[in-house]
Amino acid sequence: MPEGYETVVGLEVHCELATATKLFCGCPNVFGAEPNTNICPVCLGLPGSLPVLNRRAVELAMRIGTALGCEIRPSVFHRKNYFYPDMPKDYQISQYDEPVNVNGRLELPDGSVVGIERAHIEEDTGKTTHVGATGRIHGASHSLVDYNRAGVPLVETVSAPDIRSAEQARAYVIELRGVLVATGASDGRMEEGSLRVDANISVRPTGSDILGTRCEVKNLNSLRSLVRAIEYEARRQVELLEAGGAVTQETRHWDEDAGVTHPLRSKEEAYDYRYFQEPDLVPLVPDAALLEAATAGEALLPSDRRRRIAEVFAAHGAEASAEQVLTVIELDLDQLVLDAVEVGADARLALARAANEAAARPDDARRLDPRAFADLVKMEHDGKLSATQSKTVLGALLEEGGDPADIAARLGYEALDTAELEAAVDRVIAESPDEWTRYVGGDAKVTGYFVGKVMQATKGRADGKVVSSVLAARRDEAAGR
Amino acid sequence: MAGIGIDEVRHVARLARLELSDEELHGLVGELTALLEHVDAIRQLDTSGVPATAHAIPLSNVLRDDVVGPCLERDEVLAAAPAAEEGRIVVPAILREEP
Amino acid sequence: MSLLDAGAAAVAKAVRAGDVTAVEVIEEALARLDATEGDLHCFQTVLGDKARREAARVDEAVGEGRDPGPLAGVPIALKDNLCTHGIETTCSSRILEGWRPPYDATVVERLRGAGAVAVGKTNLDEFAMGSSTENSAFGPTHNPWDLSRVPGGSSGGSAAAVAAGVVPLAFGSDTGGSIRQPASLCGVVGIKPTYGVVSRYGLIAFASSLDQIGPFAPTVADAALALEVIGGGDPRDSTCLARPAPRLIEVLGRGVEGLRVGVLEDFVDDVSASCRRAANDAADALAAAGAKVDAVSVPEARLGLPAYYVIAPAEASSNLARYDGVRYGLRVEGPDVEAMNARTRAAGFGREVRRRIMIGTYALSAGYYDAYYGQAQRVRTLVTRAFDAAYERFDVLLSPTTPSEAFELGAKTANPIEMYLSDLCTVSSNLTGQPAISVPYALGDEGLPVGVQVMAPALGEALMVQVAAVLEQAAPAEARGPVPVGGRARGEAADGA
Ligand SMILES: [Mg+2]
Ligand SMILES: [Zn+2]
Repeated sequence: MPEGYETVVGLEVHCELATATKLFCGCPNVFGAEPNTNICPVCLGLPGSLPVLNRRAVELAMRIGTALGCEIRPSVFHRKNYFYPDMPKDYQISQYDEPVNVNGRLELPDGSVVGIERAHIEEDTGKTTHVGATGRIHGASHSLVDYNRAGVPLVETVSAPDIRSAEQARAYVIELRGVLVATGASDGRMEEGSLRVDANISVRPTGSDILGTRCEVKNLNSLRSLVRAIEYEARRQVELLEAGGAVTQETRHWDEDAGVTHPLRSKEEAYDYRYFQEPDLVPLVPDAALLEAATAGEALLPSDRRRRIAEVFAAHGAEASAEQVLTVIELDLDQLVLDAVEVGADARLALARAANEAAARPDDARRLDPRAFADLVKMEHDGKLSATQSKTVLGALLEEGGDPADIAARLGYEALDTAELEAAVDRVIAESPDEWTRYVGGDAKVTGYFVGKVMQATKGRADGKVVSSVLAARRDEAAGR
Repeated sequence: MAGIGIDEVRHVARLARLELSDEELHGLVGELTALLEHVDAIRQLDTSGVPATAHAIPLSNVLRDDVVGPCLERDEVLAAAPAAEEGRIVVPAILREEP
Repeated sequence: MSLLDAGAAAVAKAVRAGDVTAVEVIEEALARLDATEGDLHCFQTVLGDKARREAARVDEAVGEGRDPGPLAGVPIALKDNLCTHGIETTCSSRILEGWRPPYDATVVERLRGAGAVAVGKTNLDEFAMGSSTENSAFGPTHNPWDLSRVPGGSSGGSAAAVAAGVVPLAFGSDTGGSIRQPASLCGVVGIKPTYGVVSRYGLIAFASSLDQIGPFAPTVADAALALEVIGGGDPRDSTCLARPAPRLIEVLGRGVEGLRVGVLEDFVDDVSASCRRAANDAADALAAAGAKVDAVSVPEARLGLPAYYVIAPAEASSNLARYDGVRYGLRVEGPDVEAMNARTRAAGFGREVRRRIMIGTYALSAGYYDAYYGQAQRVRTLVTRAFDAAYERFDVLLSPTTPSEAFELGAKTANPIEMYLSDLCTVSSNLTGQPAISVPYALGDEGLPVGVQVMAPALGEALMVQVAAVLEQAAPAEARGPVPVGGRARGEAADGA
């Protein structure tokens, strides 16, 4: 971000609800079916058909509201009228000025808080494929429409313009996704379009409390596009302002390949959605049964899980790496860490092995026996396994399960005794006089050379950290300290 | 006094996706103005504090269970469509992204 | 006298008893249809062999001792905005020409379940927008009483088919008077039920918050029987009340002793002398039968028409957006999808439909919503409150159904607002959701039938029908259909005796 400016972002996150059926009809809500096989008179908008609201979708929406600390209110549905071929009725049924969830908040791992203006229920559209040279909308000769997705329930969560950077936007989406998954509302799969993000982006001089003119950027299909698009768009706006121009309020499309945003339409083409209350649906009032379903949490929220880890670590006098905590929660490995700590594993080491090595194979890691994992961590912590050996054993453990001690024995990993290690270090020093002179002279870069050589000599049985400390001791001796 | 001009009629025709002849558009200026005059009787009323009625017979929370029901046969749907290809409905080029 | 002229209940009774076969009844209805259709053009689609097959199934049930249903073998006609599985359903519009719904409307299912046999789909004003059935893309329907006259609309085909004796029961939809006004103009009974009593699933929407399906019949009893069959909760329509159909047959013949009847005096200056006279005579008849009759003014009733002509087009503009040339019906090709949409819609919708889409789009558009649609919805509240207040003093209200007798074809097509005035007395019931019935009550100065309207509070169908049955008894037989095509000579009674 150029000097003297601040980015202001509000996000609209569309989340497909994990219901069995669509929002207003009994068609299956599934991803990847043959085109136009999950459609009926209602979701195809056939003349005479009428919508009937899915109770489960309402419960999940209210659950999201509860998790975001929203007020759950009586709400109504409106029609948002515009023509588009993938929208069967040429209006979208959505909640407009009386949404089900309002005024919530989401606390991010760094402690910052993003306001939630609303989280409302609406229906999804179908999917259009553009046929022609580019496969994109421009230059296509014609398009093909599949209505399987039409009518899938969505909850659109609209944040306040409280986000101040692309990175914070990323953290917000990850945190929100965690909430959506925890409530059972969503599978959180961005790559399948379960989660889609639009960003309202503006810039203003640092210190100003007036909002600049914003642009809404669409088509952000991954966290990477979100970050890139915000950075690009903020830069574009600042350059405009610096050149004495002004930002036009408009909707822009993120072009992932070109890495730029471009306007969707000119101003005179502005849409007029002619919202009015949907006469085919009746108001939704949060009664006792719905409210009970709305608070029946299925899993801990990410923030609860972070708090739990922090408490356990504090009790063990350990400090958790924030990044590693995010990783284990994201991959659903935090319980493994806590279970291992519970049966005596070192907290920091357990977290590190879970966030780094186990995280590389999350599906296997979630099946890992916590006791076996704890045993492995203990062996490493007690020096019975070097870090390298520990990682190898963990790899085998993830692959085939079993007892880490047996695996270590099978691999021939027995702890090196100190005398053996020191002898190996001394041999390597003797074989490498030039490197040793540099090392003693203070060139830390050659440390890796010595560690590598010792590892080679001991066939990986040495612990890198112990090798480093022996080297340091020898250097101090050589320096006569 | 209610009234509507030709530019507005054109704009509304575009919103409503009706490609009308100039003759009809000009005719609509008079017809719509006459209608709006007729409707003026209610525009003049003071309705402050009166809630809107969207449903004559109020109901709430009409919900269905999340249970899968039958779908249509794709062939039947595509046969009714003006054009279809590869299991999907064919439309001419779309010039703009979804709003 | 033919069994068909004895009415739906009599047909069902004879079929159930095995006195006559459903096939025989259907053959007669088809023969009458054939004989009258050239003059009247009531039908959009005729279901000859399909009707015969269904009738045979009814006879099979009778033969096997299974219950064939309360409308066993009764030939019926369905307005062509009711979806029928595999049978062309056009709304009398080019845009839907050739479209065969892949499903049946709930009322169609219920009627078939009750043993009724549809012999055809009837003509209407395109998308039910009109009061004369002249707005059909496939030509107008003629009034059987006088072929130069309109049958009213929008359910003109259904009303005329009953009035001509082709079928003893027909079904239509009423958004602002589209059942009651043609019933009045054709000398038959027509009911607009309380909003939510009959499922709208499968009724092609005109204005969703106003539309209700209802029956046409020569008698109150048959109309009541039909409503018992089609009414009752439906999980496929969120606005349909989860309660059983009203029980109406049991109240027929209870009389009006002690009932409080309010005679609405607000339309006096707007209706013809014959319509005014019919309503006054009807009031006298009720008084003579023991009702407590009093004049009442509900000035807000006059706000109904302007409110209606904002709300109905606004909802229609949205309901009719889906006819865009993409998924079904007409497509007029264009270089891009927007041009294709706009050309399809301009070519596929008739002039009145285009006009209403325009006014409705305008009324909802940015900057005008509050002045028009929002205001009309608030006025709707005022109208409802005013009628509710009247119902604190009266059990039912009585008024003319229409401002005039059937008018000449073409008389009002040049002036839409004059046509809209046809709905003056009927629209308020749609805005309030309250039920109303039109009963043939007199022959007017032009020798054509004139109906009177009985209105009741929400879910007051039983009371309304109870009063209508008394009026029916008091009305001269010559004012009622069925009539021979072209009408009958003066003094000739309805049953031709
Ligand atoms: Mg939205
Ligand atoms: Zn469906």
